[in-house]
Amino acid sequence: MNSNATTDGWTCVCRIGEIVPDTGVCALVAGEQVAVFRLAGDTLHAVDNIDPESGAAVLSRGLVGSLGERVVVASPIHKQHYDLRTGECLEDAALHVHAWQIRRDGEHVLIRRGER
Amino acid sequence: MTTRLVVVGNGMVGHRLLEELATLQPPDLEITVLGEETRPAYDRVHLSEFFSGKTAAELSLVAPGFFEQAGIRLRLATCATGIDRARKRVTTADGNELPYDKLVIATGSSPFVPSIPGSDRAGCLTYRTLDDLDALSEWGGRSKHGVVVGGGLLGLECAKALRDTGLETHVVEFAARLMAVQVDDSGGQMLRKAIEDLGLVVHTGRNTQRIVDGAARRHRMEFADGSHLETDLIVFSAGIRPRDELARQSELGVGQRGGIMVDNFCRTRDRDVYAIGECAQWGGKVFGLVAPGYDMARVVAKHIYALQARRPAPDLPEFAGADMSTKLKLMGVDVASIGDAHGATPGSFSYQFSDGRRQVYKKLVVSEDGKRLLGSVLVGDAADYGSLLQMMLNGMELPESPETLILPSGEGKPKPGLAVDALPASAQVCSCNNVSKGQLCEAVAAGATSLDALKQATRAGTSCGGCVPLVTQIMKAELARAGVAVNNHLCEHFAYSRQELYHLVRVERIRRFDELLARHGHGLGCDICKPVVASILASCWNEFVLQQEHASLQDSNDYFLANIQKDGSYSVVPRMAGGEVTPDGLIAIGQIARKYGLYTKLTGGQRVDMFGARLEQLPLVWEELIAAGFESGHAYGKSVRTVKSCVGSTWCRYGVQDSVRQAIDLEHRYKGLRSPHKLKFAVSGCTRECAEAQSKDVGVIATEKGWNLYVCGNGGMKPRHAELLAGDLDTATLVRYVDRFLMFYIRTADRLQRTSVWRDNLEGGMDYLRAVVIDDTLGIAAELEAEMKRVIDNYACEWKKAVSDPQVRRRFRHFVNSEAADDNVAFVPERGQLRPATREEKRSRLERIPVVVETE
Ligand code: SRM
Ligand SMILES: Cc1cc2nc3c(=O)[nH]c(=O)nc-3n(C[C@H](O)[C@H](O)[C@H](O)COP(=O)(O)OP(=O)(O)OC[C@H]3O[C@@H](n4cnc5c(N)ncnc54)[C@H](O)[C@@H]3O)c2cc1C
Ligand code: SF4
Ligand code: FES
Repeated sequence: MNSNATTDGWTCVCRIGEIVPDTGVCALVAGEQVAVFRLAGDTLHAVDNIDPESGAAVLSRGLVGSLGERVVVASPIHKQHYDLRTGECLEDAALHVHAWQIRRDGEHVLIRRGER
Repeated sequence: MTTRLVVVGNGMVGHRLLEELATLQPPDLEITVLGEETRPAYDRVHLSEFFSGKTAAELSLVAPGFFEQAGIRLRLATCATGIDRARKRVTTADGNELPYDKLVIATGSSPFVPSIPGSDRAGCLTYRTLDDLDALSEWGGRSKHGVVVGGGLLGLECAKALRDTGLETHVVEFAARLMAVQVDDSGGQMLRKAIEDLGLVVHTGRNTQRIVDGAARRHRMEFADGSHLETDLIVFSAGIRPRDELARQSELGVGQRGGIMVDNFCRTRDRDVYAIGECAQWGGKVFGLVAPGYDMARVVAKHIYALQARRPAPDLPEFAGADMSTKLKLMGVDVASIGDAHGATPGSFSYQFSDGRRQVYKKLVVSEDGKRLLGSVLVGDAADYGSLLQMMLNGMELPESPETLILPSGEGKPKPGLAVDALPASAQVCSCNNVSKGQLCEAVAAGATSLDALKQATRAGTSCGGCVPLVTQIMKAELARAGVAVNNHLCEHFAYSRQELYHLVRVERIRRFDELLARHGHGLGCDICKPVVASILASCWNEFVLQQEHASLQDSNDYFLANIQKDGSYSVVPRMAGGEVTPDGLIAIGQIARKYGLYTKLTGGQRVDMFGARLEQLPLVWEELIAAGFESGHAYGKSVRTVKSCVGSTWCRYGVQDSVRQAIDLEHRYKGLRSPHKLKFAVSGCTRECAEAQSKDVGVIATEKGWNLYVCGNGGMKPRHAELLAGDLDTATLVRYVDRFLMFYIRTADRLQRTSVWRDNLEGGMDYLRAVVIDDTLGIAAELEAEMKRVIDNYACEWKKAVSDPQVRRRFRHFVNSEAADDNVAFVPERGQLRPATREEKRSRLERIPVVVETE
């Protein structure tokens, strides 16, 4: 595994240039799959990669966009929308994913478990 | 005291009576029903759909639990054989006697079989009940050739059904033309041509004298003119006769040409006996349609209710005759006849329009003063049936020049059609269920704002379906009046329909989503508008879908050029144009599938699908497929999928053209074309239609002279037969029409609208489409062809580009920071291959893996 864990819990997962604008990638962080998104203006978001509805590890492959004020990703399996800031599912309150902390350090994209 | 009601016959009308009674719930009524058939009531009107796959259960008219809930006793397979009116008893074939206080006879009618020598031979059948259809399937399976005696409404429907089961089918008609009762001479000629185009052979003016053993086939029919015809099976559909045996035997009064005589309350001369449906005769007429029968059922139910409730009922409904306008319900042949089709009214005159090439014939019969419509005949295009019928029934004033009603609309000028606003509230819109315009408007006001809701609330449109276009029009008009704007905006980011966006992209030559969003939208976009715009851009400019500025717009399937499966793995579908593949190609696919452990299956689109590829395997698999000569099959896109073919004239002894070559050529021409929804084609080498072309968006069927082009069909959720756009085309013309048709669809369709739905929403329907595609009435044909050329010229295999572009290739990794595979994808063996593990299977597997402990 080539992710470098730092002492304060932040892990560098990739360089910003490795994410096509307005899409996501999946990162492996200590055995967990995290979907990392780069949106317009280079804002970054990270949530669990596993879609709780289907159980498939696919959220990083969903289309991103906005619904009202929310920034969302649509699961490629059955199209539920997850709020990228909070992890809530817009269609079904019983489904939600964990939102990870994310920040940028120069070219590096770093993420950390814990509440945002 | 309880009144015992006995109903003889559980057919369409008898059952409608029971439904009406179950709703009204008259007090102290005990109902017993005798049905001769082994099944309770079913939909005879849609009987022929039995051959296109409808089951007896689907045809049933009985809601589950109906008889139990209504407390009605039903005795099936019980034939009433006599009525003893003095003792008020019905006897049944099994020797029982059933006392009644009130009796309703609803015994329908039976097919008329002429009493010619030999008409009772084995293999001489009729067409009225499900049992008849069983017998027909049975005999049909053992036959190659069939004859239907009778070229009326039912005969033609039956002949088409026979033809569809694969028999060479002939229609033998006594009169000089088909549908002699409904259609005039000119209409009859046009109809004959249309029927022949369905692959049926028509003989008119033939009087069958006797049926004897044939030399080459089972039967030989000998005609009065000395000619003869040999065939394996014969179906008589030469009219119906009311089943009035019970009435004759009990002296209830039967008309000269049959039918139990009834009054306006459908009572016979015995006040305690009613007769309804096709067995009844009113005003000297027997009504061979279901709507008048339903009307009679309503009248009798209300009458019985009034008697039971012992209340004066001043406004009891009475039966007042019925309009006998009819429409033939054959796929691909539009025929309708309204009112006084033959112009028998003194002083009336007529307008006629005929178009030999498109096989359309229309006639209007107009009153002496030119103000009212009396009748009409429509052949080849009956789209106006509903509105003309309403004009006639409601005596509405005709436009200044009535001929505009039947002349084709030129240069985009809309036809004067029927303004639904002009219809009076009392106008009966659905005759099957007696629903007026007023009732529809009320239901819309009460919240039924979709067609389904409206059908549920009023029952309109739920029987023959003939009124649905008009019902929809009324609903839309009411919604518009109520100010309910029917908004067709794509999503919150674009206040435009797909069609409008397409136009903007074309006209402003926009090539990127960002640009379109900046100029005409707001927000970030979403999973609705992004793929739509991606598709529009591809239809217009056909740039590589994965180049940087388009990549983020693609639906997940397009982004990875493969179909995502339930577990996050992908399927791989290489193109096999026309379903043709070499042994080497098959071997290559087999080897690749084995190497990567992929599950293989033949698809419904005549090619091989390989399932279970992990993301990172896709480029590797494709590299090998490309090396073996394959290219992308676009199974993932809203794009051209497959062109299915049959083996055609190269091998098949019936083929008249090389359907495989045509399919391959078409598939290569249009491969990669992106569209509002997927597009499917097929090409058959003769009318046997082994490639099922008539179920495709574009269907091509070979003829002796060239190709027939069918459009706007599909399978799927709502199967739809394609309709003939043009016939006997040479290949160049065929291709030109397909170019125009496809580009016109791409220009004007809504998001995710298949061609069939698009066509249904196209004002002017098939006529309009023909005018645009063939006659170029909009003057855009050259443009459409040029647009198609551009797409074709810019075709490149997406997978070839993807695997050779390192930037793109990098995206096919599951983890951005690891070469590991997705451990969430897991397979288990089944039938010698692999399938995705279920959640339970995954869980039990994961339990054995040590949990990774996180250290902060
Ligand atoms: C693989 C295949 C089934 C098979 O094992 O045979 C298939 C599989 C899928 N079909 Fe299909 N259809 C397949 C032939 C058909 C056919 C038969 C045909 O094409 O002759 C039909 C009916 C004909 C038609 O479309 O008119 C068909 C009607 C549908 C529909 C309903 C469309 C409709 O208008 O109602 C959908 C849903 C949709 O597209 O919205 C659908 C959607 C799908 C999707 C894409 C669903 C999805 O999003 O996962 C399936 C995924 C395919 C995959 O992963 O590769 N599939 N599907 C067939 C692929 C054919 C091919 O070679 O490309
Ligand atoms: C193929 C086909 C297509 C048609 N298409 C159309 C169409 O498009 N539009 C339209 O309006 N109409 C159409 N019709 C006609 C329509 O089906 C009839 O008008 C309708 O079924 C009449 O209903 P009914 O109840 O009077 O008779 P039926 O539906 O025939 O019912 C009579 C029932 O009574 C039973 N019965 C008879 N005698 C006895 C007895 N002595 N004891 C017990 N039971 C008895 C019979 O077995 C039968 O089940 C079509 C008919 C056919 C066959
Ligand atoms: S449709 Fe094709 S396979 Fe069928 S008979 Fe014709 S040529 Fe032969
Ligand atoms: S007219 Fe037959 S369903 Fe309405």
